[in-house]
Amino acid sequence: MNEVVIGTGETVAFWVLGPVALAGALGMVFSRNAVHSALWLVTSMLSLGVFYVIQEAPFLGAVQIIVYTGAIMILFLFVLMMVGRDSSDSVVETLRGQRIAAAVLGLGFAGLVGAGIARATEDLVGVGLADAEPEGNIPAIAESLFTDYLLAFEVTSALLITAALGAMVLAHIEREPGTRRTQKELSRARFLTGRPQTLPGPGVYARANSVAAPALLPDGRTSPDSQATGIEPQPADQLPRPTGREQLGSPDGALGTLDPAPVDGPAGDPR
Amino acid sequence: MTLTYYLVLAAILFTIGAVGVLVRRNAIVVFMCIELMLNSVNLTLVTFARATGTIDGQIMAFFVMVVAAAEVVVGLAIIMSIYRTRRSASVDDANLLKY
Repeated sequence: MNEVVIGTGETVAFWVLGPVALAGALGMVFSRNAVHSALWLVTSMLSLGVFYVIQEAPFLGAVQIIVYTGAIMILFLFVLMMVGRDSSDSVVETLRGQRIAAAVLGLGFAGLVGAGIARATEDLVGVGLADAEPEGNIPAIAESLFTDYLLAFEVTSALLITAALGAMVLAHIEREPGTRRTQKELSRARFLTGRPQTLPGPGVYARANSVAAPALLPDGRTSPDSQATGIEPQPADQLPRPTGREQLGSPDGALGTLDPAPVDGPAGDPR
Repeated sequence: MTLTYYLVLAAILFTIGAVGVLVRRNAIVVFMCIELMLNSVNLTLVTFARATGTIDGQIMAFFVMVVAAAEVVVGLAIIMSIYRTRRSASVDDANLLKY
């Protein structure tokens, strides 16, 4: 029986990654944005994966990183992007005093369980896995998994296929054939309206090319059809059209004409 | 430093996850808190496997991971189907099992 010797490297790794895992967990609970929560949880899970590798479970560490942070959290992020990103958590407490009660409960639970574990295992001497896995971690896991735990492993396959089928059934939308309008029908319906052509695009000015800037009609009014839905239309202020006289210098002054000020437009120019 | 430190850390992480389940309203965040609780239990299992010198704890942690993956898939599908009918991912809004 050999003892587990916890070296300096493991101690340093624990005191660096333990606070990181704790900060990830706290950040997940306390961040208002669900996407931020997911990223905090990824931090915590990566720290735990390193803990597994340190604690003589390199296979579980790899599985933790690949399955948890790689697959499950990506699934969470996909669903968040589809469902819950906009629905920020309501600050209103449904049950009065629930947060206080939960905090008290959490502190009490952590105190009791932590103190109990610390008292019960304070003289725990680790045996270490060197004797249990003479050929390494993965052969030992494989041997145990395919002999002692073979039935559980087989049941696991049934569980996984049931989960896959259940997810497909739950997330599937059944549409009656024929209820969805085809492209031909949509095109016909559009040509029967008063406007078969496309709507005018938003206005493009020298100062603004956003979709909030409406297009201008030839008489200077803004076209109401070009305004984007859901956006407050913001008319971009137009620059005065340059006449060219200020930029080039007034040739009239050099010629000594009696025309005092350059006037824009063909109507004001007598020449 | 002893192996107890890992166990206490796992207990604290489990507690944070439990408090998150009680406090948060967004169903997806509640699910993430459950994942955190499962992870902390895995840390406990791996630590005890090392302490007792048997590989069985690691096998159990492996099965916990498999069950967690299946649970997440089904749970997220349920959340999505609730969101389709309720237009909300809050746990307060789902008060009927039907529709």
